[in-house]
Amino acid sequence: MKSQLRRYALFALVMVADLFLSWQYPARGSEAVKSALDYLVEMLLFMPPIFVLVGLLDVWVPRQIVEKNVGPDSGVRGVVISILVATAAAGPLYAGFPVADALLRKGCRLANAVIFLGTWATIKIPMLMMEVKFVGLPFALLRLALTLPAIIATGYLMEMILKVGETGRFAQGAGEKNY
Amino acid sequence: MLFNIVLYVLAAAALCISFRRDRQKTKKALAIAWNSFRNLIPTMLGIIGLIGLMLALVPREVIAGLFGNNSPAGILLISLAGAVTLMPAFIAFPLAASLLQSGASVMAVACFITTLLMVGIITAPMEVNFFGKKFTFWRNAIGFVLALVIGGVMGVVLQ
Repeated sequence: MKSQLRRYALFALVMVADLFLSWQYPARGSEAVKSALDYLVEMLLFMPPIFVLVGLLDVWVPRQIVEKNVGPDSGVRGVVISILVATAAAGPLYAGFPVADALLRKGCRLANAVIFLGTWATIKIPMLMMEVKFVGLPFALLRLALTLPAIIATGYLMEMILKVGETGRFAQGAGEKNY
Repeated sequence: MLFNIVLYVLAAAALCISFRRDRQKTKKALAIAWNSFRNLIPTMLGIIGLIGLMLALVPREVIAGLFGNNSPAGILLISLAGAVTLMPAFIAFPLAASLLQSGASVMAVACFITTLLMVGIITAPMEVNFFGKKFTFWRNAIGFVLALVIGGVMGVVLQ
């Protein structure tokens, strides 16, 4: 309950600021409230279908298939699968860490795990929808086109830097497990 | 508006197909949808309020002056802000739109978005826990450099 209330702290602070502003500078205050309400209405209008799609993707994308197909010898196919699955993911990047960790434990190639994390962070489908909506299709498409090669390059660079050896397998235990 | 209609049609169609194939899974999907929506509400209200305050209080000239002319200092400042902060896409893109509206350049906003998405200083401790310090350092360092390159190219192309 207490943590629930704390999550509204920022909102409460903003309300206080809005009230103070409306009292001292009515014009500025009403402008602030009006812009906020405009944004709120816009977001509430298109968020329900996005969340429904996110939920459906989460339920229908089979994790096992991934785990079987991203190993050291998976080549291009492994890269493609890593990207496709991560674009369908839901949730923030820190929700992707345990998934990538599980993949590595099951023998996933390091480059593929890094590519998976990078895709999860930058080009998930719901995220692209938001992007098109707010900053436009050219912005979103160009960012997608530039980010994809960057992510793949990062994956292979990481393998070289961390010297994972011929098998391409990331030495487990490298992470200091203190949780 | 058209974008919204397409989204609703898409979601409705996907929901129908899913429901016909597996009721249980569809119920679970809707529960996930509702929970992630509910989780987002407090932060969303707060950030939307902040955007409103920013639009009303920070004069356009200030934002345009800091981030409007592609000065290296401005780009670096907004990129560092992107690297350090953590916010969901539902909040980041409206914020990006309001920055553009207030006179920030495409390059500055692109750098903000790319660093925000590719570098995670706040989540770094978690990343270290899972993959180690070396992995975390290099993934974020490479991400920061590439984010700046991508943002720069986008700024030039979309100008």
